[in-house]
Amino acid sequence: MATIEVDGRTYEVQDGSNLLAECLSLGLDLPYFCWHPAMGSVGACRQCAVIQYKDAEDTRGRLVMACITPVADNLRISLNADVARQFRADNIELLMINHPHDCPVCEEGGECHLQDMTLMTGHTSRRYRGRKRTHRNQYLGPFVNHEMNRCIACYRCVRFYNDYAGGADLEVLGIHNNVYFGRHEDGTLESEFSGNLVEVCPTGVFTDKPFSDRYTRKWDLQTAPSVCVHCSLGCNTTPGERYGELRRIVNRYHGDVNGYFLCDRGRFGYGFVNSDLRGRFPRIERQPVAVAGTAIEHFRTQIRSAKGIIGIGSPRASLEANFTLRELVGETNFFLGLDETEHDLLESILGILANGGIHTPTLRETEQADAVLILGEDVTHSAPRLALSLRQSVRNATFDLARQLKIPRWLDAAVRQLEGQVQSPLFIASVHATRLHDSAAETFHGSPEAIARLGFAIAHSLNPESPLPSGLDEAEEALAALIAGRLREAKRPLIVSGTSCASLAVVQAAYNIARALPAQNKGLLYALPEANSLGLTMIGGRRLKDAFARVQDGSADTMVILENDLYRRAPAPQIDAFLDAARHVAVIDHLENPTTAKAGLLLPAATFAESEGTLVNNEGRAQCYFPVYPAQEPILAGWEWLIRVMDNPRWHHFRDLTSACAAAIPALAGIERFPAEEHLPKIPRQPHRYSGRTAMHADVSVIEPPPPQDCETPFAFSMEGDTVHVPPALLPVVWAPGWNSNQAINKFQDEVAGPLRSGNPGIRLIQASGMLPWFDRIPPAFVPERGFWRIVRLPNIFAGEELSAHSAPVAERFPDACVFVNPEDAETLAVSNGDSVEIRYELELSSLRIPVRIDSTMPAGLLGITAGLPPFRHLPNGARVALIKAGPEAPAKTGENQ
Amino acid sequence: MATMDRPLTQNIRTGRAFATLEDYRKTGGYEGLKKTLADLKPKDVQQWVKDAGLRGRGGAGFSTGLKWSLVPIDQAPAQPRYLVINADEMEPGTFKDRLLLEKDPHQLLEGIVIAAYAIQAQTAYIFLRAEYRLAAERLTRAMQEARAAHYIGAHILDSDFSLEIHLHTSAGRYICGEESALLNALEGKRATPRPKPPFAVVSGLWGRPTVVNNVETLCNVPHILRHGADWYKGLGRGADAGTKLFGASGRVKKPGLWELPMGTPIREILEDHADGMKDGYRLRGFLPGGASTDFLLPEHLDVPMEFDTVAKAGSRMGTGTIIVLDDKTCPVQMVLNLERFFAQESCGWCTPCRDGLPWTVTLLQDIVEGRGRPEDLDTLSRLTRMLGPGNTFCALAPGAMEPLQSALKYFREDFERYIFQNRTLKEAV
Ligand SMILES: Cc1cc2nc3c(=O)[nH]c(=O)nc-3n(C[C@H](O)[C@H](O)[C@H](O)COP(=O)(O)O)c2cc1C
Ligand code: SF4
Ligand code: SF4
Ligand code: SF4
Ligand code: FES
Repeated sequence: MATIEVDGRTYEVQDGSNLLAECLSLGLDLPYFCWHPAMGSVGACRQCAVIQYKDAEDTRGRLVMACITPVADNLRISLNADVARQFRADNIELLMINHPHDCPVCEEGGECHLQDMTLMTGHTSRRYRGRKRTHRNQYLGPFVNHEMNRCIACYRCVRFYNDYAGGADLEVLGIHNNVYFGRHEDGTLESEFSGNLVEVCPTGVFTDKPFSDRYTRKWDLQTAPSVCVHCSLGCNTTPGERYGELRRIVNRYHGDVNGYFLCDRGRFGYGFVNSDLRGRFPRIERQPVAVAGTAIEHFRTQIRSAKGIIGIGSPRASLEANFTLRELVGETNFFLGLDETEHDLLESILGILANGGIHTPTLRETEQADAVLILGEDVTHSAPRLALSLRQSVRNATFDLARQLKIPRWLDAAVRQLEGQVQSPLFIASVHATRLHDSAAETFHGSPEAIARLGFAIAHSLNPESPLPSGLDEAEEALAALIAGRLREAKRPLIVSGTSCASLAVVQAAYNIARALPAQNKGLLYALPEANSLGLTMIGGRRLKDAFARVQDGSADTMVILENDLYRRAPAPQIDAFLDAARHVAVIDHLENPTTAKAGLLLPAATFAESEGTLVNNEGRAQCYFPVYPAQEPILAGWEWLIRVMDNPRWHHFRDLTSACAAAIPALAGIERFPAEEHLPKIPRQPHRYSGRTAMHADVSVIEPPPPQDCETPFAFSMEGDTVHVPPALLPVVWAPGWNSNQAINKFQDEVAGPLRSGNPGIRLIQASGMLPWFDRIPPAFVPERGFWRIVRLPNIFAGEELSAHSAPVAERFPDACVFVNPEDAETLAVSNGDSVEIRYELELSSLRIPVRIDSTMPAGLLGITAGLPPFRHLPNGARVALIKAGPEAPAKTGENQ
Repeated sequence: MATMDRPLTQNIRTGRAFATLEDYRKTGGYEGLKKTLADLKPKDVQQWVKDAGLRGRGGAGFSTGLKWSLVPIDQAPAQPRYLVINADEMEPGTFKDRLLLEKDPHQLLEGIVIAAYAIQAQTAYIFLRAEYRLAAERLTRAMQEARAAHYIGAHILDSDFSLEIHLHTSAGRYICGEESALLNALEGKRATPRPKPPFAVVSGLWGRPTVVNNVETLCNVPHILRHGADWYKGLGRGADAGTKLFGASGRVKKPGLWELPMGTPIREILEDHADGMKDGYRLRGFLPGGASTDFLLPEHLDVPMEFDTVAKAGSRMGTGTIIVLDDKTCPVQMVLNLERFFAQESCGWCTPCRDGLPWTVTLLQDIVEGRGRPEDLDTLSRLTRMLGPGNTFCALAPGAMEPLQSALKYFREDFERYIFQNRTLKEAV
């Protein structure tokens, strides 16, 4: 701690920090542009100028930039001194010289950091009389707009995109006042984190493109705290709605999870909510019905007449919805609805997390790891936000070196200068090259078996009690020893694994390594398939194949399927047989899919944006999402359909349901009275500047309807209520007087970039305890079989997740459908890049014809396919296929005769 | 003048294109290096140079020996250290390094090897201005000769000391002369300055301890090592030690470059060496040390050319190359010309410079084209303060403001004549 004097008042601040961060932490208003809480200081914009005095006598002082001035004990500064104020106003005047007067037509308007800072400094009139320089804008792909004339050259975009996120295709070009922030030519931004530019850029240069299409000012958006539903990490989001449509998603700061950044799947994947595939009406035997009651009556009749009923839960539905289903059908009739392998993997992982005695780090903690091993995951695709965190972890050695050289860690350019000298090790064992390879110290490519065997070898090298795989080659042994050596030296080693390889051995090898590590502060983290995979597993239930058996043997004839497309879980013929054999199939879901097509009764479910629910992320953190806007009758939340059909429901409200779930399932006890006590008066979802409320529906009726009631959550669909006593974790929107952009979050943190005041959202349900015996089921090496290949499904951030893949801009980013083969395999097949092969798979009648991509990192005998791409939907992981080179395509008929 | 009095240019003779290795050796070349490697420890060399009072000739006048002594040379494990030679010389009006590079490249090479030894650098980079093609040619040749003679390479003169020297020709930007931007450029990054601290001696090229020295600075070093600190100090006429290349450009009779003792009065340079103003022209003022220094007036002619005395007179000695303003040249247009250069060369990193310089240019342009307004002079003065030292990220902008702020002070009537009497470009002079 250090004591400093700011404008005559004394404050205690963090030693070693910089003046800007500390002023903001103290709640003082000091304008800035180039500094970013996650990216540190570079001293470029010169906006944060303050006066620093030499000593108690000094009355003139000198101008310094707060962001690059280290805090020191007894420092005396002034924010208000005339010279400082004048400089800051003049600096804005300079920034404004070329800035267009676009505010009314600029999408940043109303949440623009430049607007805020301009007002803060008091600059109002321009003296510049010359012409403004103008730029040509670029097409940057489906996610982000480019309007370069608004640029104030703060360099944040390139610092985020390249330095922080490891991108390579956004640059600063040109010089003097003609610096240009863009790509070397028009084209889609390649980074999976490009959407953050929208928030990182303090002006309207980079804006949200899908939002543009259906644009609304921030103050006209109705919002509520939410959680991303597109992977297992549980990033916090703020979705915004207008006119019953979900318009956009922005980051919601979480000090332990996503911090300031989201991935592009999370930001742009919401399109499914507005999609044409949404079921808007219940359907009974393919006939739509207008009111929920009719469907519920029908549902009730079905259940009453059932000879046996089973319920199939979902890893993408909330704890409450799954729990209610389990209550409706009875514990013994509740099935998790996972594919066989995934069921095994998740149970094994839950066992390890709960009883393995190894801490699962938060994303924030992963950034502090000083040695990382990724075993079998391509995290950029399977747990995207984690990739961004792991990229930061390799910098820890640089931070150590900087400390030795007395360079403060926030002095970003100076610390990055040291990057070439040292790096904390990141090791990646994966099927083929991943997007993090540029940061890796060593990489290894192999089949899941090879990855698991390497993992077991590392564990053995760390602790000889962990079993040793037999028959490793020399290179593998050497690599295992090298990795073990670096992990052993580390103070905060981290093992990352997950379900992508569909291999229990990989999951278990990861545990053995983590257990064998000597460090106290070690971590083990698994990336899981879906937003509530862990929550569902914690509720627990039977296997899908037992459900098949129940219908087969006639002990059940009625099934309720909750938010789950079973065709993603098992081969189509099996699911066909299963669904066809049941007398009644009731499906609750948001989107039409092959399973809903088979539903005798379809109950349209609210999405995350129109309902409430609790999800458990991969670290065991339970977090709640809240409806942003009311579900439009007859759409109901999954849990609500299920309660309404019960004869004598014991609960009527969401909160009671959460408590009941906590009471019934010991592992979930932590969510009791979660998320919050009733908040009265309620928290308004609409900002105080929300406009047009009375006119919104005037085309239908000029009578203003009463706002919909929300009896389930602390929030109101209204502008009225309490905005003062809201715990930051429940803020529907981040706003503070004078701070209209998301950067207002400064005002709600304990300290800049620290935890939210009164706590980050969520409750950790799992405390590491116990220890498991060494896993010893080491698979034999994979040996390619002549003439056959084994399918490996490679995760993809855009194509790989069921819901986000229905978002149009995300679909635009699907990679081309192709199969990845090893160069030698390509030679065997006599194909070169771009040639097509025919894939013959036993369970499919027709064969698939697809172009080849030769990938030198692909192991021999494996055929890589992009999970989730339409042509591959029916090809399961591990399938054995035959390949032949496809002949030339029959020439397309010309239209002459038509 | 005896050769001992002008060590830097002793090998430069009319009728000789440049000094070959043989020429250089004839006047005692590489003796300093021999002595250094044979008798002196690195710390001794640092001390000699410190004692000699050598101050950097790149413009800022920082003590060279002191700079060297800040390099950590005893760390274990040993780490790479670099010496970088700033041969960018893009300051308008400055052409002193060019002479040394083209005419006597071995002098620089010897200075480099001694300096590298003093800071225990294993590698040196010469960062050369893009347009200095002839210098590149001669340096390359000299480096070959020196290598063959074991002055550079492994085990120099059979000692334990080894040094590789690489010549890097710039792609051409004034900002590349700023030492930290130069290091970024050498690393293949954008030539944007770095924050200071950390200084290059702590974290320089590739984050390693690095010394950046000007060409002329290093050319002094062999002579100090050969003749000693006291001898060197004795060369100066005042407080500053040694000799320096002083130059004059503009409407003087004999524009040129002369090696003269530190502390030579400006009058002597302009009147004795440059032979005074051309017939029909009167001296109105001058920039004493290149484009980025404040104007001085004829009343300052007796100021000795020394770092502190010129500073006291309100300017900087800078590179010591004087740009003369005569009475038939419009100071406003001269300043406009300079500001155009600086605005174009701004690296674009910090706001005041990037956006303030182009505004300065439009204001000056408006003034000389008859569109000036009275309040423009206030705006210009405010800009000179806004872009002053400490307010911008590097010294380019404050340097750019020096001619302008002094012109506003000394030649205000010229500005006002445009504004109040609606004089335009043609009528100005
Ligand atoms: C904009 C700018 C341009 C510069 N250009 C040069 C240059 O061309 N040559 C040079 O030696 N120093 C130049 N300098 C000074 C260097 O930054 C540095 O101070 C010098 O190279 C140190 O060498 P010395 O200590 O030997 O003088 C420049 C400084 C600035 C701010
Ligand atoms: S585009 Fe935005 S983030 Fe990038 S430099 Fe310009 S204003 Fe800053
Ligand atoms: S998909 Fe995963 S990583 Fe991306 S925003 Fe959502 S939770 Fe975060
Ligand atoms: S003053 Fe700023 S913009 Fe100008 S050259 Fe230096 S760093 Fe670049
Ligand atoms: S925020 Fe301090 S200089 Fe930009």
